[in-house]
Amino acid sequence: MLFPKWLDKLTPIFLWGGIVGLLGVIFVFWYWFSPKSLNVGYQPEQPIPYNHQLHVGQLGLDCRYCHYTVEQAAHAAIPPTEVCMNCHTLVKTNSENIKKVAASYENEEPIDWVKVHNLPDYAYFNHSRHVAAGVGCVECHGRIDQMEIVYQAEPLSMGWCLECHRNPAGSIRPVEFVTDMEWSTEDPVALGHSLIAANNIKARQDCNTCHR
Amino acid sequence: MESRQLTVDELAYLSDAVSRPKLIDGEEDFEKTTEVILDPITMPRAPKWWLIVLVGAVSGLLLYGVSVGYLFYEGTGVWGISHPVVWGYAIINLVWWIGIGHAGTLISAILFLARQRWRTSINRFAEAMTIFAVLCAVQFPLLHLGRPWYAYWFFPLPNQMGMWPNFRSPLLWDFFAFSTYFTISLMFWYVGLVPDLAVLRDRAKSKVKAMVYGFFALGWRGANRHWQNYERAYLILAGIATPLVLSVHSVVSFDFAVSQLPGWHTTIFPPYFVAGAIFSGFALVLTLMIIAREVYGFKQMVTIYHIDTMNKFLLATGTMVGYAYTMEFFIAWYSGNEYERFAFVNRAFGPYAWAYWTMFSCNVFVPQIFWFKKMRRHIAVTFVVSILVNIGMWFERFVIIVTSLHRDFLPANWSYYIPTWVDIATYVGTFGLFFTFFLLFLRYLPAIAISEIKGIMNKADPHYKGYTSSASSNR
Repeated sequence: MLFPKWLDKLTPIFLWGGIVGLLGVIFVFWYWFSPKSLNVGYQPEQPIPYNHQLHVGQLGLDCRYCHYTVEQAAHAAIPPTEVCMNCHTLVKTNSENIKKVAASYENEEPIDWVKVHNLPDYAYFNHSRHVAAGVGCVECHGRIDQMEIVYQAEPLSMGWCLECHRNPAGSIRPVEFVTDMEWSTEDPVALGHSLIAANNIKARQDCNTCHR
Repeated sequence: MESRQLTVDELAYLSDAVSRPKLIDGEEDFEKTTEVILDPITMPRAPKWWLIVLVGAVSGLLLYGVSVGYLFYEGTGVWGISHPVVWGYAIINLVWWIGIGHAGTLISAILFLARQRWRTSINRFAEAMTIFAVLCAVQFPLLHLGRPWYAYWFFPLPNQMGMWPNFRSPLLWDFFAFSTYFTISLMFWYVGLVPDLAVLRDRAKSKVKAMVYGFFALGWRGANRHWQNYERAYLILAGIATPLVLSVHSVVSFDFAVSQLPGWHTTIFPPYFVAGAIFSGFALVLTLMIIAREVYGFKQMVTIYHIDTMNKFLLATGTMVGYAYTMEFFIAWYSGNEYERFAFVNRAFGPYAWAYWTMFSCNVFVPQIFWFKKMRRHIAVTFVVSILVNIGMWFERFVIIVTSLHRDFLPANWSYYIPTWVDIATYVGTFGLFFTFFLLFLRYLPAIAISEIKGIMNKADPHYKGYTSSASSNR
């Protein structure tokens, strides 16, 4: 028999298979190919395993001690070796890793730190603007004070940026607590609203706010 | 008033006056008709002319591939478009091809709902033309993107950017109009094909053919329930497709009408574009049909009456676009807007006057010949006019797009648009695409709806006079 009866079932299988397959492809790209899946957790190996958990979490260094341009510039500086050597000329000079830092200092060769938080070239991002508005470091970078080796905690995707720009109140804090990793308040949204009103904060959503 | 018996002559005159023209010539029987339609498919070897034309069509397709490859490699700079004429061949061809498709939908959907039974002889053919024309049309927006690999941005897909396409843009409306149009046309065509595919399955000589046709025939066995579902589905699809005849080209016209450029910003555009679309579509159906009926011996099914009727459509729609051309001038004068006036005077008497008058002659003057019944029923005249109409309709889009753009608001920007070889090769290449599909269609699918045509044959008429005699002679 050329056409057994079960062949009749083939058509709905193909039809539904096609529809479900198409939706499946869309889902796969939307979910697994998004920065949320691809980029969160990015933890490159650094030339020297600098421990944020130790320096920030235990010793209580302020973010701005090393990333000192963050309040004035678009870019938050990766500290030059000289910043490390402020302490490490005296502290733990026998450690293998500190010897590498010292070598960099003596040879005047910068350490090749690997950038963790990357934005596309066509996205303009200004750190100083966000710090001045009172967006805490922790909002975008996560609990750096608990990371031995820094990894990307948030997707840094456009949709993720817009989520906050559309409704910034919950992410705004008094500027003096910007670098505080553990700061919290009872009603952050209400406080955010009052800060937004008081400081005239405008989280813009025009294309050319970020794509200039 | 005195009553009397009608004379024999009077009776003959009356019965002649109320009788409808025969939709099928001759006294063919059902079986013979099926065989005539299936002959191009069942003949073991394709005829020589078919192969020769296919080679030509595939060469055109290759030319298309080369020009598109070069375009993708180099970017849209290889086209003649530049400031201020930023829309050139691509948009002209898009509108031209999508317009051609409209005749197919009109024939298959509107004429079906209007119970114009003569459409049965040509609907399959015209629907196939619609689908292939839409396929050619949708190439152009993709090519025009500059970065075609981002074409999926047309789709309102969920994405990490938290962004949707701009729903206020006519270009997005285009996307929805075209994709709806293509999907519905394809479904309509396919549903109509199902009973015929079953015929092909049953007559297939090789097992592979039987399997392939059988798969697409969806298990059709000609059961009563199958026919009921089929008729219902066909009617529903005709209902869905009907508004598309008007909406798709209206949306295309919004690309222009929604902008604020003199020459484009016109409320008459949607009806004017729809009339033009049907006009050009009927012209291409005629061109192709005249060839096919000669080559395949479909003359009994596609009769002079069909050609006559389609020519009436050409006359009507051609006159409508003529009205639109004239009305545009009236409005330009009546508006009192000097930019509007300049745009139209420049159109008819400026540097592109040659294109304008080509358009006007081909679209408005030439079809007027069809006021004469003799001309409507003249095959050669119809063939020439149908080609002239499509040349004219191509120039209509050329005139609308290029003449409106080439005179910018700043005279320093004024320029003269000249297409490059890539423009022309891409356009010629889409003919390769179209005819490759079309020839494959003619070879592998029935060009006339086998099941539907039976319903309009003379023998299907309950009052068929020859019924008893032919039945007895068959015995």
